[in-house]
Amino acid sequence: MMTNLLKKTLILAILICPALARASLEIVITEGIDSARPVAILPFTFNGTTRPTENLAEIVSADLMRSGKFSPLASIKMPQRPAKTSDIDFAAWAREGVEAIVLGQINEIGIDRYTVSFELIDVLKGNSGPNSQMLNAGRLVTSNEHVLDSRETTINGSQFRQYAHRISDIVYEKLTGERGAFLTKIAYVLVQPDNEFPYQLVVADYDGYNEQILLRSKEPLMSPSWSPDGTKLAYVTFERRQAQIFVQDIYSGRRTVVSTFPGINGAPVWSPDGESLALVLSRDGNPEIYTLHIASKAMRRVTNNRAIDTEPSWSPDGKELVFSSDRGGNPQLYSVNLTTGTTRRLTFEGEMNLAGAYTPDGSTIVMVNRTQGQYHIAKMDRQSRFLQVLTKTNLDESPSIAPNGSMIIYSTMHGSSQVLALVSMDGRFKARLPAVNGQVKSPAWSPFL
Amino acid sequence: MNLNKVLKALFVALPVMTLAACSSTSSTSADDANTSQAGQQVTETVQVETAEPVISPAEQMRQKLEALRQENTIYFDFDRATVRPEFVEVLEAHGTFLRANPSVRVTIEGHSDERGTPEYNIALGERRAQSVVQYLQNLGVSAGQLSTVSYGEEKPVDRSRSETGFAKNRRAVLVY
Repeated sequence: MMTNLLKKTLILAILICPALARASLEIVITEGIDSARPVAILPFTFNGTTRPTENLAEIVSADLMRSGKFSPLASIKMPQRPAKTSDIDFAAWAREGVEAIVLGQINEIGIDRYTVSFELIDVLKGNSGPNSQMLNAGRLVTSNEHVLDSRETTINGSQFRQYAHRISDIVYEKLTGERGAFLTKIAYVLVQPDNEFPYQLVVADYDGYNEQILLRSKEPLMSPSWSPDGTKLAYVTFERRQAQIFVQDIYSGRRTVVSTFPGINGAPVWSPDGESLALVLSRDGNPEIYTLHIASKAMRRVTNNRAIDTEPSWSPDGKELVFSSDRGGNPQLYSVNLTTGTTRRLTFEGEMNLAGAYTPDGSTIVMVNRTQGQYHIAKMDRQSRFLQVLTKTNLDESPSIAPNGSMIIYSTMHGSSQVLALVSMDGRFKARLPAVNGQVKSPAWSPFL
Repeated sequence: MNLNKVLKALFVALPVMTLAACSSTSSTSADDANTSQAGQQVTETVQVETAEPVISPAEQMRQKLEALRQENTIYFDFDRATVRPEFVEVLEAHGTFLRANPSVRVTIEGHSDERGTPEYNIALGERRAQSVVQYLQNLGVSAGQLSTVSYGEEKPVDRSRSETGFAKNRRAVLVY
């Protein structure tokens, strides 16, 4: 069992390594491949002279595998290489246990212009018909039942990665009924103690590609948070040797100070409507949670307690905040209704619960749980209050949820390095994104872009 | 603890040294007076003496600051911000200096270990810095001389993530 898993991990690692060799974040799947559904992403056939540098099938395979829900068949195991849908030998693919096939082609239509088309084929439906040839010959209406989706688009050479993620989103949504989150980004802080600017704010595709440094600083940077439209980041900077909250437009680079009070200016989080920030200020003596209406600069104090109140996070409807407070002796999660001010303690299990955040459907709260001195990512069902620890890694912190609620990205220790890791919401699938150099912290998953 | 003793010794020694400098200066001038009186009697005899350089107040302050900078870190227990008894002497030394030099300002940096979450640790670091501020104010230091900044877990001195590393990182640092 273990060796089987190991073999699979190795094969998958070999499969994706060439594609990811240049990325500084290379995803290593550590657990949970066995439960994934087998699919096959066939190599796209190419008609033309200048082959695009990116391999669409490899990118789509890697995306689907990283979702934890699919296990793309290695190309050496593929029973045939059909050029078009009518050539598919459904029985042969069904014998391999493959549920669905992605089949596509790239046509070069001009200088740096390509038409990309693909079809997503349901193997079981294709196999249950009399046979594919007969379906094509006579009954056209029924013959297309096995084609779950089919698209064609024209792109240039630099758009292949992005379009591959688009294909992954379509395939994922068709097969799971849930929106894919492959066309998303992550923001994080990279710390390189020996660098002239040790603290860097970085944005990358969710898979670690296309890293862009948005800010380099000699002093710490913390807590990036995405605006709901995905164009801005709020974060904490110590560049003036005191905490300040800035908002930075990620495309224009324009930076605006939004909070620079004496003491803590921390934990900024955008409201779901994008009009306000929840944040933490200690200007009145100890850390309290406030909301700041960005346009009018109207500030409203939400908590009023002598204890530490921090790490606010909005409910999806924007009516409530979950936050951490040690008012009960040790830090636990509380919620506050922004209209009534009613405050409730949410967590009672474990020595500490910190950094709470609602899932996009509002049903669950994800957090950092401390039990017997161990810090792990956990989730709690809001109705039943059942708390489930999802990770086994060391010193887990800063959980951030994918916009479709399928995955959590968080920071953890691997050896002596702080790295990013992924865990699926059911806790079955786990992966690691080791940094080549430096410590990676405070990941923030973007909204749908 | 050794540094503690050195600091304490310096605090005792510095005023004594200053006093010694003053008394030797005055005894020199007394000798000079004697010499001149003697000179009237024995004209051929010359006595040469050297004066002790006078330590200016600015120099005295610099020396004390140097000594204080040698021991400027207070360590804390896990998830706590209480000043432990072994750091009382250090804070009293700083308090004495700040009271005597009301124009001097100090920033107290609060830090935490890397366990827990970054933003909670910012709050914890501030609580530690504030507990040092409170202590110094109780010693009579004016609030205007004291400011705080919390770096939480963002500036560890030891990145080993071991128990000893964590203990070194849970600290407040007085920065002049």
